[in-house]
Amino acid sequence: MQETIQINGYELVYKKPSTLTEKPFHYCPGCGHSVVHRVLMEVIEEMGIQERTIGVAPVGCSVFAYDYMDIDMQEAAHGRATAVATGIKRIHPDKFVFSYQGDGDLAAIGTAETIHAVNRGENILMIFINNAIYGMTGGQMAPTTLLEQVTSTTPYGRKHEAMGYPLKITDLLANLPGAYFVTRQAVHSVNAVRKLKKAIEKSFEYQKLNRGTSFIEVVSNCPSGWKMTPVESNKWLEENMFPMYPLGDIKLPKEK
Amino acid sequence: MIKGTVIIERDICKGCELCIVACPQESLGLSNNINLHGYRYAELIKDNCTGCVNCAIVCPDVAITVYRQPKAALKKAI
Ligand SMILES: Cc1ncc(C[n+]2csc(CCOP(=O)(O)OP(=O)(O)O)c2C)c(N)n1
Ligand code: SF4
Ligand code: SF4
Ligand code: SF4
Ligand SMILES: [Mg+2]
Repeated sequence: MQETIQINGYELVYKKPSTLTEKPFHYCPGCGHSVVHRVLMEVIEEMGIQERTIGVAPVGCSVFAYDYMDIDMQEAAHGRATAVATGIKRIHPDKFVFSYQGDGDLAAIGTAETIHAVNRGENILMIFINNAIYGMTGGQMAPTTLLEQVTSTTPYGRKHEAMGYPLKITDLLANLPGAYFVTRQAVHSVNAVRKLKKAIEKSFEYQKLNRGTSFIEVVSNCPSGWKMTPVESNKWLEENMFPMYPLGDIKLPKEK
Repeated sequence: MIKGTVIIERDICKGCELCIVACPQESLGLSNNINLHGYRYAELIKDNCTGCVNCAIVCPDVAITVYRQPKAALKKAI
């Protein structure tokens, strides 16, 4: 880490974190999952907690997260990541534990596990990638899909009469006493990535202090499911996702 | 102006163009050639990179390594 690699007398200012494995990401071009993986691993490298962190991977596009993150990891059944992370943290209270899930995983099949883990105030970090779609299985509607959004199961757009409203599960969870720090971030721009990184750092600091659940929603893209180029998808996200899922802290710790 | 440069791993790049739109110097473009996986890959097209690291911060595939003139070189940019 300390090596000052030089090239034509120039110094290294950014390189891939050592906490990511050599394996190239299988994600589609421009997919936000990749950025979140990297930022998370940068924080783990910089905090020097690689040996003391355990992650739980979901079912969804990020099902192979454990192939990329060079830390101890466990795969959970679909939707059950926060329940599995609960068990791991309770057996290993001295470890940093996080779960990583998509919106189908966390807010559809796993709604019960999610709500109860936050309600118990489990001392873990939950990372929630909201791309408003089931990416892995072919772009079906998710609970988070926007009204009028076209997906493979809402070819005429989502209608609330038949399909309900976009589920703002992060706002719901923030109401639970067990939720200590709840924030909504993104990875569509340089600034957004920097802020996400800060939020992850804070969450691990809170976990060290035994404060309860930290919950980070990342409003992300799915260029393939949305049928857009990556650049178009980030523009669409700004124009359509942010009005429904505005960025910023939703619940901040009361005392310092 | 501080001088910098980037090295982009050609066969890791997926040609998503997110680095291109994030570069304040418009230093990057897509090659007309394709890489091992069939993607047109990003490359430096101008000699005006400042090593600001923006491209690397948004690159989903961690394909970009950034270098900068030593004077102002910070240890880690983000
Ligand atoms: C018990 C069970 N039901 C359904 C599925 C099919 N399935 C796999 S991933 C997925 C949803 C993925 O969507 P999301 O969690 O939003 O992740 P993304 O791929 O969008 O990141 C579903 C329904 C499954 N694997 N197991
Ligand atoms: S299908 Fe969507 S979420 Fe899955 S890797 Fe591709 S772009 Fe990412
Ligand atoms: S380091 Fe900054 S100036 Fe250089 S190519 Fe990347 S974004 Fe452009
Ligand atoms: S952001 Fe990364 S993957 Fe996308 S075009 Fe640039 S170098 Fe290639
Ligand atoms: Mg999803």
